[in-house]
Parts: sequence; structure tokens; C-alpha cells
Amino acid sequence: MPVNYIDMARTFKSNAEQVGIVQGHRLCPGCGAPIIAKFTLMTAKKLGFEPVVGLATGCLEVSTTIYPYTAWTVPYIHNAFENVAATMSGVETAAKSLKKFGEIPEDRKFAFIAFAGDGGTYDIGLQSLSGMVERGHKVLYVLYDNEGYMNTGNQRSGGTPTGSNTTTAPVGKVIPGKVQIKKSIVDIIGAHEGVYAATASISDPADFFAKVEKALNFDGPSFIAALSPCTRFWRIPDSATNSVSKLAVETKYWPLYEIDRGVYRVTRKPRQFKPLIEFLKAQGRFKPLLSRPDADEIVNKLQEYVDKRWERLLALEEATKDKYLR
Amino acid sequence: MALKGWKEIPIGGVIDEPGKSREYHTGTWRVLRPIVDLDKCTHCMLCWLYCPDMAIEITVNEKNRPQMVGFMYDYCKGCGLCADVCPVNAIEMKPETEFLEE
Amino acid sequence: MMNIDLKKSKAVTGAEAVANAMRQIEPHVVAAYPITPQTPIVEYFAKFVADGVVRTEMIPVESEHSAMSAVVGAAAAGARAMTATSANGLALMHEIVYIAASSRLPIVMPVVNRALSGPINIHCDHSDAMAERDSGWIQLFAETNQEAYDLTILAIRLAEHEDVRLPVMVNLDGFILSHGVEPVEFLPDEVVKEFVGKPKRVYPLLDTENPVTYGPLDLYDYYFEHKRQQVEAMEHAKKLFPKVAEEFEKISGRKYDFVEPYKLDDAEYVMVALGSTNSTIKYVVDWMREEGFKVGALKIWMFRPFPKEKIQYYLNGRKAVVVLDRSASFGAEAPLYEAIKSALYEATIRPRIGSYVYGLGGRDIVPEHIRKAFMDAIEGNLLVDEQRYLGLRE
Ligand SMILES: Cc1ncc(C[n+]2csc(CCOP(=O)(O)OP(=O)(O)O)c2C)c(N)n1
Ligand code: SF4
Ligand code: SF4
Ligand code: SF4
Ligand SMILES: [Mg+2]
Repeated sequence: MPVNYIDMARTFKSNAEQVGIVQGHRLCPGCGAPIIAKFTLMTAKKLGFEPVVGLATGCLEVSTTIYPYTAWTVPYIHNAFENVAATMSGVETAAKSLKKFGEIPEDRKFAFIAFAGDGGTYDIGLQSLSGMVERGHKVLYVLYDNEGYMNTGNQRSGGTPTGSNTTTAPVGKVIPGKVQIKKSIVDIIGAHEGVYAATASISDPADFFAKVEKALNFDGPSFIAALSPCTRFWRIPDSATNSVSKLAVETKYWPLYEIDRGVYRVTRKPRQFKPLIEFLKAQGRFKPLLSRPDADEIVNKLQEYVDKRWERLLALEEATKDKYLR
Repeated sequence: MALKGWKEIPIGGVIDEPGKSREYHTGTWRVLRPIVDLDKCTHCMLCWLYCPDMAIEITVNEKNRPQMVGFMYDYCKGCGLCADVCPVNAIEMKPETEFLEE
Repeated sequence: MMNIDLKKSKAVTGAEAVANAMRQIEPHVVAAYPITPQTPIVEYFAKFVADGVVRTEMIPVESEHSAMSAVVGAAAAGARAMTATSANGLALMHEIVYIAASSRLPIVMPVVNRALSGPINIHCDHSDAMAERDSGWIQLFAETNQEAYDLTILAIRLAEHEDVRLPVMVNLDGFILSHGVEPVEFLPDEVVKEFVGKPKRVYPLLDTENPVTYGPLDLYDYYFEHKRQQVEAMEHAKKLFPKVAEEFEKISGRKYDFVEPYKLDDAEYVMVALGSTNSTIKYVVDWMREEGFKVGALKIWMFRPFPKEKIQYYLNGRKAVVVLDRSASFGAEAPLYEAIKSALYEATIRPRIGSYVYGLGGRDIVPEHIRKAFMDAIEGNLLVDEQRYLGLRE
């Protein structure tokens, strides 16, 4: 039986300490990141794993562990910004070795989980992540993608969408904000050998839990990219975290899919899509773009892009069906 | 809280009190206060699932069904996400100023 | 020089000696990335792992930054973890070198000293180690392959001592030691195993019953206190090093200390240096003593924590002290010279003192250079504020 949240509520009740992340953290009201952490940890705990988490520097890390406080009730390590994958490679290898040396029981069922933002993943931490995946460490790497360097005040990253207004790629009189297209991080990680990679959205908890479950039971490294609305710098109401996530899926902005050892599967296929502009319009970060005279042109191009990407995903699903590599 | 001296704290910057953040009450940040109408509530658990601050209090009844109880106002930051996800609009966000006397 | 029983010894390179120390220590985790001249250490060790000679799990990381990050993770988890590097590799680790120390993780890392780029160079100098001298690591320097082997084993005990809990760099000169063959007397495997023992675990991450948080955001209200603890740990390292060295002497017959005096009893002119150059200095001391000069040498085994008291003890009242540095500090005095000079500020009878920079980028140091520096001292030709160079073309 797949894990479901009614059953989770039954298990955890109001006892957040049994989930692993508790009250009193200082993330902004409505921030998506703690929801992603909570979803992941609840699934791991529900499946009987002992989570050990690693954090890359970023909002989730700084706001949950302001000394002498910590919001974590599971073992936690933060090392630096760009190296959570290497750090967790070390933690995972230590467990393997200590089992081999007979210093901890063979049947300990750990879930090594790394959490990192888009800066720590698409940009500065990409090498460390690629190394971890290539070496095959059994670590679940969860990217909470808030699409910018938010902890340091909304700077552009390789995961920032085209046209978004950030402090290092502002919408100016000449340049319309970020001009490049967001990296396709899941495809990059999914292109490694023997890895499970997927996107997820908090607006679809069942899909989210199923992917975490699959990742944790996967015999090798796994990667989940979860869209993480940033109420502060996406300039959305504190209460809009879920609705904006939902719009992202409904407008093909954030398609839900997975790559399991090379096999693509689109896990949710909405019957009808909304136009991309609805996702953009819902957020203040696109307002400067949308008030430019050339806004329509840019939005049309982006719409074209997400349409093509969706067609391509379906084609990849068809083409890779049952063709597992390794 | 009185700050400790260097001989009194664990080495290495380690925090050995899991969940100590609970001593910090984020409820003071709140501008809007969620109020639940339990007559409307269907105990669907969506508010519990989404609350980014783990501030929804629930219990499990004799039929083993989880039940919405209310909010942990010590921690609730008033984001209104619970109200937004509630399928039956059982949660209303009210300005904190209405509760000043309490 | 150290007494080595030639019958019991094997002729090996420094890299092989250190790799064998690591084999005998058998850490749970080794994460390393190759860089000349450290590479043969990783290669030897990888072979031990591949052949099942050790149970160690090796992480063939994609960079030194990840090597240091992974050993931090492994050590925090509760494993005994080691790595090794040189020059640019150490520089790439730099950020995490500090984090290993501030997290109080007892990682032992042989550093095969090589000149830092640029321009790029692969040969010996100490610029790599000196760039980390304020990182919070204990820094030991080996003169010979025997010392590199011994200090690697000894370092484990010092690092893991519950009152210390600091990482240790064991420095050995690139090529000169790492690739140079010398006789090394190996201890029996069981003796090393027993000496290092099982690691004592402090706040292991894998203890899920007692979950801890490593690496919190530590602002102005506590960061300073944590730094003060690191200062104290270095003091403890100074106190405990003689005890650990004494225990090592019991199993090996070889004696280690903060510094090693050579023909100092009646010496009026003393040369101070780190690493393999001390062998050349000793040769020159013998040579000059035959000619009646009262010269001697002081080798620095431990550079961090800096054994100021020992230095004062040995140098107080000498006529002159010559300090040799295998690295420069651009715009300031060379690092060893600066430290020695500062230690002598408190001496009751301050010797004259002179600074000599030598051997950068692997430039040869020959007995004549050393003799020249000694002669400057003897002839009263030392200037406290003048940095001189040995083996440099004008
Ligand atoms: C090596 C290094 N460079 C830069 C920084 C400064 N820095 C800290 S967090 C951060 C941005 C984090 O962005 P992201 O990974 O997206 O996480 P977020 O804060 O958005 O959750 C930056 C630039 C750092 N800590 N370390
Ligand atoms: S800045 Fe954004 S990502 Fe960071 S805590 Fe606030 S809402 Fe969350
Ligand atoms: S979301 Fe609404 S209906 Fe569901 S439990 Fe919460 S208050 Fe009740
Ligand atoms: S308003 Fe926000 S913080 Fe408060 S209970 Fe609702 S979801 Fe939680
Ligand atoms: Mg980000």
C-alpha cells in the first residue's frame, strides 16, 4: 500500500519530533521548503527508515539551525554550500564501512537524505552531486527549487526561470531580466547511470510520496527536484504556496515525471492545460517582465518552449519504454 | 535566555538538544490568525499536511480517524496556507488586532 | 638522526611508508583525489583496498574539495577517516579544512608538500602547508620517511584524544621524501592496531537515538565561544603530545617531541628548519664542527600548535639563530622566521637572528648554502630585518 497522508496523520499526530523537523524554525511564513522536508521525512519514517539528513547552505539550512536552536530531531549535518552530496557520500560510506567492520548492526535501515537549494544544486554543487551519483552512493538528494539564491536575497541561479526579476539579473530598460532558460536538472542527473531522478510538487502529495518511496527503495542514488515556492521573492501571498505549485503543474511549467535508469515516465498527464501566463501572472517576480512592451513576445516564446518540452517528454517516454539501462 | 560561556557548551558547534527550536516562539510573527469552524471541518487533514510550521494540532479518535483540534498559536506564523488548502473553507484568517485584549 | 635498525628495515619511498601506516591503521573511510606528488599514496592504498588487504571503504572522489567534504561527513558519522593531498589539492580543500577543525573532527591527513601555483610547479616547498597554518589543524613535519610513517600513526592518537579532537596534517616533503627511497623500520601490524585502538566516538551522527545537529548557523552570540574552545584544544594538544609520544616510544623505541635538538649543548649558532632539509643541516653541522665551529640545529616537528616554550628553552642565550623557510609570506616575514622571532621576544638573552628563504618550487638546497648561512651568523653578519635567499640567482 502506498503511503498516504491520513495514515501519516494517524502515525505522527501533532508529534513533529517524530517526523524529524519541528516548530520554531525561522523560514518565512508559507515557505515551501519545510513542506518538502516534512513530506520527505514523513515518507521515510513511515517506511521504517532512520533518516540522517545533510543540508547545503541556504534558506532551509540557516533558518532551521540558528545556534543554539535546531528544528531537527533526526541527525543533521551541514558542511558548506557546494558539498552536501560529497558530505553525504562520506556519511553513507561511513555507515557501510562500520557495518562491514561489525561496529554497527548490519540491519540498520538508514535513509541518507541531502537537501539543497537550486544554487547548491544547479550551480556551485553540481560537480559534487554528479560525483555522488556517478559513484553510486545510496543517498536521496532532494532539491528544493525556489529558483534563486534566496537566502542571500534573490540572486539569479541556473535554476531561475527566464524573465524572472532577480537582483543580479534584474529586468532593466534594455535587458528583460534573466534571458537564459532554466537548466533541465532532472535530465542532467537522470543522464547518469543507475540513478532514479524525478520531479515532484507539493501540490500532488500522492505523487510526491510515491517518488520518495521509490527513491528510498532504489538500489542506488536518487534525486528528486521539488518545486519550492518562495513566498518572499516570488512575490506571492504567504498562502499561495500550494496554489502556485499547482499552477506550475497545470501550465506545463513543472511537468511531473521520472527517469528510472534511463526510462522516462510522465507520472501525471493533466487532460487539460492552462496557459503559461496564468502561472506567470500569479507571481510578482514576473511583473516587471509582464509590464514591458515586448512581454507578449517573450511569453509566447516561453509558451512554445513548455509545449515543445511536453511533447518531447511524451516522446521520450514512448522511446525509452522498458529500455532500462543497467 | 542567559548566554553560556565557552566551557559550558558542547564542542564543535554541535547542538545536542534535538528540536530545541521549539523554545523559540514564531507565533509572535503572526499578523493574521487562523480560526477553525469545527462544524464545517471534515477532518481531511490537508491543513495538517501543508502547515509549514507543524502548527496544526490533531488527535486520533476512537475510530482511529485523525481529528482536527486547532492551532498551536505559539508557532503559527499566520501564513494562511491551511485556509487556502481547506476544501470546505472551514478556516478563516482574522487580523490579530481583533484579539488584542486576550 | 633517528636510530633505525637497518636489519629490521625496508627500503621504501615516503609514499609507500605512509600508505603502509594507513594500511596498518585501517581507517573506516579514505576519500582521496590524486595529485603529484601525493599520488603514489592513493595508488598504494587503492591497491590495498582492491586486494582486500584492508576493509577500508575508499571513496574515489571527483575533487579534493569533495575528498575533504566526504571525510568530514564520514568522521561526523563516527568513522575513522583519512585523506591525503598536496598543494593545489590542499588549496581546493581550504574552505573545508577550516570546517573539519571547527567541527572538531579528528581527521588525519598526510600532506605531501608541494609549491602552490602559480606558476604551476610540482616540486617541494611549504607554501601549501603554510596557507593552512591558521586553519585550526595540528601540523607535524617529517624529516625522513621513517618519521612520516611514525608521525602518521602517532597523529591518530593525538587527533582522537578526547581532550584534543582536532585534525592533524602530517607534512612530508614532496619528491624528496615521497619519492625518495630510505630505510624504514615498520612496526608489526598488530602493534599498530593496538596502539591506535578503536576510535572514541563523540557525537556520532549515526546514533539516531541521540540525534545531533552538526554545522549550525553560529552568529555573534556563540561563534566566539566556539573559537575559544578551539584555542583551548590546541593547548591540550600541546599538553598531551609528550604523553602520546612517550607511548609511541614504548612500542617503537623512537622518541618524538615538539622539536629535535641536534648538537645543541654547546652550540652558539643554531639553525632552525622544517622537514627534510634538516638532514642536510645536520650534515653541515657535523662538517663545520670538524672545523671547530660551535654550530647546532633545531628541527621543528610540531609547527601547530607552535611550541614556543621549547623554542625559548633551546634558543635563549645563543649567539645567533638562523631560520630557514621553504615558503615566503609576500609583504611580511617568512612564516617560520616570524614565529621564531616572536618566540624570542620573551627570551632573557636574545640571540641575533636572520631569515633565509630557500628551496621554493623545489630549488635544490646544498650543503654550501647552509654553510654560507651559518658563516653569516658566525661572522656577525645577520640583519634582523633582512630576508635573504639561498640558491636564488640575482
Ligand atoms: C562558497 C560559497 N559561496 C557563496 C556563499 C553565499 N551563499 C550562501 S547561501 C547562498 C545561496 C543559496 O541559494 P540556494 O542554494 O538556491 O538556496 P536558497 O537559499 O535559495 O534556499 C549563497 C550564494 C557561500 N555560503 N559559500
Ligand atoms: S526567502 Fe523564500 S525560500 Fe527563503 S525562507 Fe523566505 S520564503 Fe522560504
Ligand atoms: S483542511 Fe479544513 S476540513 Fe481539512 S482538517 Fe483542516 S480545517 Fe478540517
Ligand atoms: S496559518 Fe500557516 S502557520 Fe498557521 S496553522 Fe495555518 S498553515 Fe500553519
Ligand atoms: Mg534557491
